[in-house]
Amino acid sequence: MELKTDPNIERPDDFYEALIEAHLGLSDEESRQLNARLILLLANQIGDLEVLRAAIKEAREGL
Amino acid sequence: MGSYDYPRYDYVRPEALNANAPERHPVVIVGAGPVGLSAAADFALRGVETVVLDDDDTVSLGSRAICWSKRTLEIFDRLGAGERMLDTGVLWKLGRIFHGEDELYNFDMLPEPGHRMPAFVNLQQYYTEEYLVDRVNELGRTEIRWKNKVIGVSMLEDGGAKLEVETPDGRYMIEADYVLAADGVRSEIRRQMGLDFKGKVFEDRFLIADIQMKADFPSERWFWFEPPFHKGQSVLLHRQADNVFRVDFQLPSSVDPDEEKKPENVIPRLKAMFGPEVAFDLEWVSVYTFTCRRMERFRHGPVFFVGDSAHVVSPFGARGGNGGVQDTDNLVWKMCLVMQGAAPDRLLDTYDDERLPATDENLLNSTRSTDFLTPKSQASLDFRQAVLALAKRHDFARRLVNSGRLSLPHTYVDTPLSTPDVDGFSGTMQPGSPAADAPVAFDGKAGWLLNALDGDFTLMVFADAVGREIVASLAGGSPSVRTLLVSTQSGELEDGRVVVDVDGLARERYDAEPGTVYLIRPDQHVAARWRQIDLNKLQAALSRATATGAASTARHAVGG
Ligand SMILES: Cc1cc2nc3c(=O)[nH]c(=O)nc-3n(C[C@H](O)[C@H](O)[C@H](O)COP(=O)(O)OP(=O)(O)OC[C@H]3O[C@@H](n4cnc5c(N)ncnc54)[C@H](O)[C@@H]3O)c2cc1C
Repeated sequence: MELKTDPNIERPDDFYEALIEAHLGLSDEESRQLNARLILLLANQIGDLEVLRAAIKEAREGL
Repeated sequence: MGSYDYPRYDYVRPEALNANAPERHPVVIVGAGPVGLSAAADFALRGVETVVLDDDDTVSLGSRAICWSKRTLEIFDRLGAGERMLDTGVLWKLGRIFHGEDELYNFDMLPEPGHRMPAFVNLQQYYTEEYLVDRVNELGRTEIRWKNKVIGVSMLEDGGAKLEVETPDGRYMIEADYVLAADGVRSEIRRQMGLDFKGKVFEDRFLIADIQMKADFPSERWFWFEPPFHKGQSVLLHRQADNVFRVDFQLPSSVDPDEEKKPENVIPRLKAMFGPEVAFDLEWVSVYTFTCRRMERFRHGPVFFVGDSAHVVSPFGARGGNGGVQDTDNLVWKMCLVMQGAAPDRLLDTYDDERLPATDENLLNSTRSTDFLTPKSQASLDFRQAVLALAKRHDFARRLVNSGRLSLPHTYVDTPLSTPDVDGFSGTMQPGSPAADAPVAFDGKAGWLLNALDGDFTLMVFADAVGREIVASLAGGSPSVRTLLVSTQSGELEDGRVVVDVDGLARERYDAEPGTVYLIRPDQHVAARWRQIDLNKLQAALSRATATGAASTARHAVGG
């Protein structure tokens, strides 16, 4: 499988809102925790190591 | 220390002190730790006399290795010391992982049935060494010289090496065709030869306390992340023989280790951990730091580095002692064949070809565990917290918790000694894998398949009969190959042996059909396999496995 970068999220605005809302009222530290847990849950959903590696690489681009 | 009586081995004034010329030996082993002793036993079993030099006169002092893996136990068993290790060692099945106040989850390490050895046993290093010393002495081909310290090494024109040795009565010289440097992490031989020892140095320190419980305490392994009695750190509890428990406390970099080591500081920590009602005696306390390093190459002419002198890993995952014993398992048969003239010197180069990747695998595993236990960045800590938080409810996150992985043997995937498969096989075994064990019967008695693979090249034939000419020609060849018939019924075989695959597990584990053959190396790793016996292919595979054939030279040039 390849990393999808063409649009794939259902109702992108709803997703984005949910993501930002999830952080409401959290301290910076708690926010980092939430992000980390979220990444792990999503990674498990994806499962495919090649895709995960490609996503990690893509996320690091330019940093 | 209370629970163990340290043996004192006699120092004998070496005759060499009176000699004018240095004595010469085929093999000198420096260091009587678990690795040097395993090598000595293996040489002795193969009929080779060796001299072992050790600067001390007893076994490993205090608390070091405890966890011996299945593969290492199988090697000890081949050497004839496995039974005692099993008898004294302890098994644990239940592991518990705690985070803060809570138990996150527990897991059962139930071993797969049908193997002589469990996944591992816990046995203090001093017992392991004592049993090996006893076995080496029983085999009777080794002269262990206690209180003989190597202080100098130089190369000889004839390809051998010369060692300078210091004893309580003075110094002498000893020469050898081959030297095994099993002199531990601070190897004097490595230092004198000016060889690099590169890798990662960790800042983390751990305090280890060995305690003897005065009452029964469960045989479980407990691992705490950030326990209430040791804020922000990790703690590991392991059971050993004699009701002795090992507790590892991670120490923050801010504390003074000498202060922490004092009993008045250690005991309250332990009481906080176990609760006031649990009575124990403190046997041993020390602080250790760790590094993950290895030499660039392990062979340097006639000098071969084995065990901690060649590589060190963090203790998490128990790969140090286990990896070292597996080094000697790889090296000794090769050296013996070369000394007999049955293989060329370049077979010895394959010690590097095979053990360097094995070492890298061990380093990788223990570095990963270490990074989980002692996160090196904020992000790493964040992810660990997230893993632990999710692990309480989700099995997938438990797989990410890394408090040390089981020590598994390396499969020599890219070795020049293996013959790649041409026939189809399924399952996890492949050329380069350690041979799998299975229950078998020989001479009507229950036994184990690995015990029938006792140190020669072996052709394992899954059939009820095999041509007598084949068996005889293999037995008479150089190196000699023993035939082992893995049969469905008992029988006899001249120049070979028959075992009965009582539960069909051998067939299953080797993905064998009637007629399938495996060529097994003297260290019980698979060299080649086919669906049908073919003497030409077999001879080619044997040449390859002894680095004798042209094919193996070509591959070696690439791999080496
Ligand atoms: C806290 C801790 C926990 C560990 N837990 C485990 C575990 O659970 N499982 C595991 O497999 N490993 C474990 N290890 C690692 C294990 O202890 C080592 O890998 C193992 O001891 C290496 O064996 P060795 O024979 O190579 O070296 P050593 O055991 O160090 O033996 C070297 C020998 O050489 C002798 N010597 C040194 N210099 C000279 C000289 N100049 N002349 C003559 N003799 C000399 C020494 O006296 C010693 O007897 C642990 C280590 C530590 C520190």
